Amino acid sequence: MAKLNINGKVRDVAVEADTPLLWVIREQVGLTGTKYGCGVAQCGACSVHLNGNVVRSCSIPVSGVKATDKIVTIEGLSPTTTHPVQKAWLALDVPQCGYCQSGQIMAAAALLAKNPNPSDKDIDEAMTNICRCGTYQRIRAAVHTAAASMPGKRAKTTA
Amino acid sequence: MKKSQTQSVANPSRRKFVVSSAAAGGGLAIGMQLPLGSALAATAQAAAPIEVNAWVLVKPDDTCVIRIARSEMGQGTLTGLAQLVVEELECDWNKIGYEFPTPGESLARKRVWGEYGTGGSRGIRISEDYVRRGGAVARVMLMQAAADQWNVPVSELTVDKGIITHAPSGRKTSYGKVAAAASKVTPPDPKSLTLRDPRQWKVAGKPLKRLDTAPKLNGSLVYAIDVKLPGMLCAAVKDCPVYGGKLVSFDEAKIASMPGVKKAVRVNDTTVAVVADTWWHAKKGLDALPIVWDEGENATRSYAQILDHLKEGLTATNAFAMTTVGDTPAAIAAAPTRVEAVYSTPFLAHACMEPMNATVKYTPERAECWVATQNGEASMAALSETSGVPLDKCEVYKTILGGGFGRRGGQDYVRMATLIAKQFPGTPIKMVWSREEDMAHDFFRPISQARLQAGLDSAGNLVGLHIRVSGQSINAFNGAAMAKDGKDTRQLQGYYEAPGDAQFGYTVPNLLIEYAMRNTHLPVGPWRGVNTNQNAVYLECFMDEAARAAGKDPLEFRRALMSKHPKHLGVLNAAAEKAGWGTPLPPGVHRGIAQFMGYGSYSAAVAEVSVTPNGMVKVHRMVLALNCGHAVNPDQIAAQVEGSVAYGLSAALYGELTVENGRIVEDNFHKYGILRLAEMPKVETVIVPTYDFWGGVGEPTICVVSPAVMNAIHAATGRPIRRLPMRNPVEALAKA
Repeated sequence: MAKLNINGKVRDVAVEADTPLLWVIREQVGLTGTKYGCGVAQCGACSVHLNGNVVRSCSIPVSGVKATDKIVTIEGLSPTTTHPVQKAWLALDVPQCGYCQSGQIMAAAALLAKNPNPSDKDIDEAMTNICRCGTYQRIRAAVHTAAASMPGKRAKTTA
Repeated sequence: MKKSQTQSVANPSRRKFVVSSAAAGGGLAIGMQLPLGSALAATAQAAAPIEVNAWVLVKPDDTCVIRIARSEMGQGTLTGLAQLVVEELECDWNKIGYEFPTPGESLARKRVWGEYGTGGSRGIRISEDYVRRGGAVARVMLMQAAADQWNVPVSELTVDKGIITHAPSGRKTSYGKVAAAASKVTPPDPKSLTLRDPRQWKVAGKPLKRLDTAPKLNGSLVYAIDVKLPGMLCAAVKDCPVYGGKLVSFDEAKIASMPGVKKAVRVNDTTVAVVADTWWHAKKGLDALPIVWDEGENATRSYAQILDHLKEGLTATNAFAMTTVGDTPAAIAAAPTRVEAVYSTPFLAHACMEPMNATVKYTPERAECWVATQNGEASMAALSETSGVPLDKCEVYKTILGGGFGRRGGQDYVRMATLIAKQFPGTPIKMVWSREEDMAHDFFRPISQARLQAGLDSAGNLVGLHIRVSGQSINAFNGAAMAKDGKDTRQLQGYYEAPGDAQFGYTVPNLLIEYAMRNTHLPVGPWRGVNTNQNAVYLECFMDEAARAAGKDPLEFRRALMSKHPKHLGVLNAAAEKAGWGTPLPPGVHRGIAQFMGYGSYSAAVAEVSVTPNGMVKVHRMVLALNCGHAVNPDQIAAQVEGSVAYGLSAALYGELTVENGRIVEDNFHKYGILRLAEMPKVETVIVPTYDFWGGVGEPTICVVSPAVMNAIHAATGRPIRRLPMRNPVEALAKA
């Protein structure tokens, strides 16, 4: 049994302590936007925010998460799909198959929360999730677009 | 008996993906999945669209729903096909939705939507004519309905964005208002209609936004792996790690008390599954399950043996000569300058981000499958054959694929899920492969090697070229007749003399192109670009080696051989021009160039690369030119080109599967390297359509990526790269 705060809602989940957070989120809580890609923290399809940091949920046992920890999944990033990263992703038509994009978006949102004006090098270092369709060029451009439209920089963006 | 959309939506067992770009306003599309038997479905039914014809449904609010038979795996076919229908339908692009008609509906309606197979970059080029006519027929029916209502000749009507106008009387109506009447109009013969000249396109040909982006941004899109059905159980599987081996036994008692585990079952001769309440429980059970395999004779196979087997084919006296022009051996022997090189490319995995999975619900009376597939009809056939349930009692619900790249044309995973579900009648079974299973049980890109020899005359002209490819055959693995006696032209894709598909782009007075079939025990299949990948590396890297031996610029050397292949030359020139071939570059940056043809389209690339003294390669910029005949959505074509660079460069730098004791060694991404964002070059796409043919888009450009980069490295270092993957730092450069 574990108590988890996911997207602002505290839930009790009946799972074994070694169950990866990913599978708790997908199979117990039923939020399937967070994806399984490799199970070994290589691809980042399972990326979620844990207390504001992007983590790979496939490799975190649920026992390693406290009830006071705040977990945010792709479903909780914005109730209206209007986080600056999501808007930039839409504007640049970033996704192809889309399977990795929940993780990419969560990684980008975490980057921008810490570094509102990332350089290409910062993006290189932060955005290490795998995309097999090859949307990397648009991801880079969209992170810059999102950065330019982050709160406090509204003047730069169009309405 | 027509199965209409209304009936489909009302049937609670049918999952539909209905998307409306109009619903949310502001161009933000909403992905709406109708849950099973929910209130939402009832709401949707109330606003049920009216089917005008097989391709077009119209809602009272004027939203047009376009039916798409082909699979969407990220390549943008869904949006492109909708653009083609809407181009002729003349409805408002900002008020459209889409749906995938099921293969079962197709069967019941005598395949009204044509082929479902989505591979070989054929989605648009093979169906463009009939989907455009489908849109045109619907337009004519809608306009006739308005004409009938107003009792005026249809010739007096005009339509723009779904609004029909009768100018003489000033009356207007909309598609939504006349749809019910239109559905009763006798449709015209599609062939009697004149389609709009592509040069006059208003919707097609434009860089419109994809229709399927919004639900990919908030986790709401339901992929096959996300499917949840009432009472569903989950299955994890393990297939014998050695191909050709067998499952002997497993000790179910050892895992019977594990949390959630329901049962361990034999799936087929080679596979065991653990079925549990969740997939995680199934996987844990499977990992703990004692399994006895009979690995068979292939358990002794090594990578070295496979490489030697192929190497022998390079010089074997018995090979299939596909092209014989002049006397090539004599011409090369007599040439004052001779060039020779041997190249090799490895087995590769597709490594789709969404691992193989399928959900099957079986009863003796009916079988249903929820699946990400590149061929819905083939999935339904596999479901029927494997379950024993007649085809007309089967149904397949396609999801958007989490990657395809050729992998999801094979139906092995559908069969496997069906075999498990058959042991649990009435209970839906979701089978998901682990990444390890997905890597080990792929249909790999076939391994191959090539030996190329050239003769140059005293002026440096290419007078003889001999290409010998040795490697595994996809057709032979599939038991196809065209691989009989080793005469398999498909393994020489891109070297064909015939125009139109994958034509060799050079004229050489003495030309010998041969294939030595050397099969292995591993399964092989199409991998984005298929054999154009390897064959472009061989030919285009060797052209650079020959140009160097001739003392000529690689671009000029090629141009001299291409006067009879103007379209090949056209893209080569377009890429060279955009890249500024011959203009100064920053210090340390060097260019490479390549061209090739596949999937009915012409591609060329220029790469700009620098190499550090210790062999670390950085690809700074790539310019790709593509002539696909018609460009239906230039922005999505650019996306495919960008993606082909990532997929191709990943393979060139890191992709390799090796074999030990008959099994694949690289079982996850820490062993099978994948290109990351930091290594992605800047990609510029030049689209040069000539409007006189229809070519593919998803696959053509990938094959020129590797050779352009390899040629740039050769230019930078003076040392040829002849083996893939190169690794980074490049192994061939480290070995001094």
